[in-house]
Amino acid sequence: MLAVENLSVEFRTRSGVVKALEAVGFTIQPGETVGIVGESGSGKSVMAFTLLGVLDRAGQVTAGRALFQTDSVAVDLLKEPESSLRQLRGKELSMIFQNPRTALNPIRRVGRQIADVLRCHTDLPEADLRSKALDMLASVRIPDPDKRFDAYPYELSGGLCQRIMIALALACSPHLLIADEPTTGLDVTTQATVMNLIKDLAEQRQMATILITHDLALAAEYCDRIVVMHAGHVVESAPTRSLFTHPRHPYTAKLIAATPEPHKSFAELIPIGGNLPDLKAADLPPCRFSYRCDYFEPSVCNQTPLSREFLSPQHQVACWKPL
Amino acid sequence: MARYSTGKIVGRRILGAIPSVIGVVIVTFLLTRSLPGDPAAFFAGPAATAEAIEEIRQNLGLDKSLPEQFLIYIGELFRGDLGVSLTTGQTVLYDLLTRLPASLELTLAALVFAIALALPLGILAATRPNSWIDHGVRLLATAGVSLPTFFTGLFLIYVLYYLWGIVPAPLGRLDILNSPPPQITGFYLIDSLLIGDLGLFWAAAAQLFLPAVTLGLFALAPLARVTRASMLGMLSSDFIRTARASGLPPRQVLFGYAFRNAMLPVVTTLGVVFSFLLGANILVEKVFAWPGIGSYAVEALVASDYAPIQGFILTMALLYVVLNLLIDLLYVVIDPRAGVES
Amino acid sequence: MTTTLKHTRYIISQNGITFGAFSLFFGFVLIAVLGNAIAPYDPLASNSAIALQPPTALHWFGTDQLGRDVLSRVIVATRLDLGIAVLAVAMSFVIGSILGTCAGYFGGWTDRIVSRCIDTLMAFPLFVLAMGLVAALGNSIENIIYATAIINLPLYTRVIRSEVLVRREAGFVEAARLTGNGDWRIMARHLFPNVLPVMMVHLSLNMGWAILNAAGLSFIGLGVQPPTAEWGIMVAEGATYIVSGEWWLALFPGAVLMLAVFCFNLLGDGLRDLIDPRMRT
Repeated sequence: MLAVENLSVEFRTRSGVVKALEAVGFTIQPGETVGIVGESGSGKSVMAFTLLGVLDRAGQVTAGRALFQTDSVAVDLLKEPESSLRQLRGKELSMIFQNPRTALNPIRRVGRQIADVLRCHTDLPEADLRSKALDMLASVRIPDPDKRFDAYPYELSGGLCQRIMIALALACSPHLLIADEPTTGLDVTTQATVMNLIKDLAEQRQMATILITHDLALAAEYCDRIVVMHAGHVVESAPTRSLFTHPRHPYTAKLIAATPEPHKSFAELIPIGGNLPDLKAADLPPCRFSYRCDYFEPSVCNQTPLSREFLSPQHQVACWKPL
Repeated sequence: MARYSTGKIVGRRILGAIPSVIGVVIVTFLLTRSLPGDPAAFFAGPAATAEAIEEIRQNLGLDKSLPEQFLIYIGELFRGDLGVSLTTGQTVLYDLLTRLPASLELTLAALVFAIALALPLGILAATRPNSWIDHGVRLLATAGVSLPTFFTGLFLIYVLYYLWGIVPAPLGRLDILNSPPPQITGFYLIDSLLIGDLGLFWAAAAQLFLPAVTLGLFALAPLARVTRASMLGMLSSDFIRTARASGLPPRQVLFGYAFRNAMLPVVTTLGVVFSFLLGANILVEKVFAWPGIGSYAVEALVASDYAPIQGFILTMALLYVVLNLLIDLLYVVIDPRAGVES
Repeated sequence: MTTTLKHTRYIISQNGITFGAFSLFFGFVLIAVLGNAIAPYDPLASNSAIALQPPTALHWFGTDQLGRDVLSRVIVATRLDLGIAVLAVAMSFVIGSILGTCAGYFGGWTDRIVSRCIDTLMAFPLFVLAMGLVAALGNSIENIIYATAIINLPLYTRVIRSEVLVRREAGFVEAARLTGNGDWRIMARHLFPNVLPVMMVHLSLNMGWAILNAAGLSFIGLGVQPPTAEWGIMVAEGATYIVSGEWWLALFPGAVLMLAVFCFNLLGDGLRDLIDPRMRT
């Protein structure tokens, strides 16, 4: 359905070139849910924006392909001209953003924002747009959709806004949904409702979902496979179960050790030392985790290019000395 | 948090303007009473006799206490009594009312000119950051507020009238060959169209062109600057990313989504712009011999004729309060959040 | 401190325009200080034999209707125009700072009274208010300064009030209070200095506006009286001659006036970049 290969993105800023993504690759199958996990600044959102072609002006794709295939289309998202990409966005692939309150137009009624999307991707007559938008509001389990249709985002809670966001993203039944930290900023009970909603709708519609999150536990609960990112690299990707039982990258192992679980006490959580490397530095080591890695060995780990080895058809790791 | 009906919101805003009106009336009153020397002598004019001055003192109630004088002043205001102009011999109210349309026509034309140029420029600059048009707009924004209107006016007159001869002489609202249209709205452009006299319309438009451009250039800069800045902010905002990610056509993203939101700071800036415009209006009217209330006040100033100046300041301030109120209401129309009391 | 210096150097090297504005600013200050000493002729000496001469090698800016040297008059006027603006801005800055700091720091009734007065001033179109004030107070240069100061008061009071309001509950103010500093000391030593950088930007932008304002008032015949050399009045005198083609009378004082205002506005923009690059618009 989607195969991202060797994707590299750079940002040109006043103080230097930020190598935000380097040789990133992963795949997703129809109906599958893939989690992309990493700490803030690891390039998860940049990747999502790149796939949709809504990257900031300063960002540039320097290499890579993103092959997107459904029954009706087969394109490289990175090569497609803006005009035809626009036909796909919101229709074939959609995105949900973090901060649902700022992600909606503050001065337009939420129902009309959904209708706007329907209008540009479907041939529905103007009169049917409202009823279709109302259907969408009902499908994301918004109580009293008739009344909410005319609400402005500021009148709704964060959870409701996120459901509006979901309704907006799913209005045209896309085949792929990218959910970028969909639960950040919501309170815990709402988080579960929103996640379950996304999961149910994805199942109903046979929709593939990419769940971008910094929360490994959340990804573990909802995803078939997990892709771990660190400083613009994919360090490991594997089916959820084998990732947790046999993490092969030192970073993944540390991430799991740092993730709270019901049976763990607070003292058992082990924080990961150090920070992400400065992605503007000219002398970034081949393995961007080497500064923070306990197993770092210059003679081995500084070989270029970084080894990206398939341990099994499903399990890939980017490390010279996998665990 | 509750939302009120539009009617209620409008009512609230109108009530909110009342303190400003009271403040304006008090300040104008105090300005009169702080006249140097004897206000009665001032109102009577330089040629008045001692008896005349005494009579005016009685009439104005200047022998009474300050609060009493204030009440009298309020009473006069309610009766529309702003005194008599010594220069024209008419009541100040009459003079102001006859001359006000000229000023309004000039100010509105300038505003239309400024907005028609500033908004596209600001949007163009914001959608092409660091292009030549962006740098141009930034230079214009700084240079524009540096322009002394009276100087720009003279400069334009020199080039466009004296050197090139493409505009008529800067001598008021109409050249001597035409006589003004019958007063319907008081705006020559509209009145001439209403009576169907196209020749007159063009004559009036030709006269209006240069003063309106001069005045408009002054308002252009802050408007273009704010439009650019707020469009830039909007284009990098989350909801624009959502709109683009939903595949909305660029036109709708730019105008339907970004521009409408970006208008909010621009509308707020209109308040400052009006303050500029009404002030600069005086200078432009003097340069172009425009028969509005600004040049009326300047003439009165030269003749030390105080009542017209006082009436002028009051009119301008009230006009400004009304304009600010309109801006407020426009804001409420655009932004649904404006009517919320938390 | 070194980082600030570095940043300053970076800004200046990045932004030649700001550097140009700084140079221009020092040029104006120099001319204002030297004044009469560098004027080639007596700015008030009339000579009907050479009246209304266009620019020549002898009179670079030409001569006016009374045969006075326009260049000399423009030079001498610099001190008066800048002086009026500096005094007015200084006055409104000092009074506005006190009012704004008190309103922001004490809140309550102090704030309400100050804000109400400021709102009343803001209810007038500012130039119109200045005109009324000069007309009421009397037609003199001092009153031009007072009027310009009063109409700029709202700007300073409002900006300082909101800046103080933001910082009132900040950690460093709380710390100062807990270590036994009195209200006045906190305001003077801890709050005000923190607001100062932002104020410098406004100060610079406001100088330009004050110059424009004072020149505008004298253009309509308020304040400065002939034969004193002042940019606004020189443009007003030259206005009559422009329709007959004697452009130099109004052009030179007007252009210099514009240049001075432009210089302060550029300087303000440059300072804005220096203090907070994010404020750049």
